[in-house]
Amino acid sequence: MTDKPVKVYALSTCSHCRNARKLLDTFQVKYDLVEVDLCTGDERERAINDVKKVNPQCSFPTLIIGDKVIVGYKEDEIKEALGL
Amino acid sequence: MTPAELHDMLRKTQETKGYFFNTDRERVDQLMAALLLNKERYGYMCCPCRLSSGDRAKDQDIICPCVYREPDVKEYGSCYCNLYVSQAWNEGRIPREYVPERRPVEKMF
Repeated sequence: MTDKPVKVYALSTCSHCRNARKLLDTFQVKYDLVEVDLCTGDERERAINDVKKVNPQCSFPTLIIGDKVIVGYKEDEIKEALGL
Repeated sequence: MTPAELHDMLRKTQETKGYFFNTDRERVDQLMAALLLNKERYGYMCCPCRLSSGDRAKDQDIICPCVYREPDVKEYGSCYCNLYVSQAWNEGRIPREYVPERRPVEKMF
């Protein structure tokens, strides 16, 4: 199991994002979640800029596991990055 | 309108065009609810798996069914959300690959 920091940029309405969170929850991985569609004003601007820094496409979910960025619900890649 | 009513309404019109709902009914129901929520939030059914700008004109290409559905279903058998799929996809005759974002970056933020 990883002790790397895990951050998830997601949309509250996105089914891929829901699957990614379900996977992390299943393995009791702690993660910092930002639901960008629920952010407003400066917080939203900051979140979008943060996502674009690692994923210019600004698509979701965008997961940052340690220093690895995974775009989309790619179960195998996520598990590998988590050391599962 | 309830998610179930939206589902039934869309199924009639979309299936005749060759676009079938994913057989994962739970997922489809979640996406129906998300479309109704986006209609309420933004005034139009913005794609649930893409960040809406809140500006209908800017989001014209990602109002569901999005303009990318046709090429995505043709190439992958599924739209970006796995909401609309081909019969082959539903019947497992083609692999269920991850559908990457086809939307041009310049249309984003």
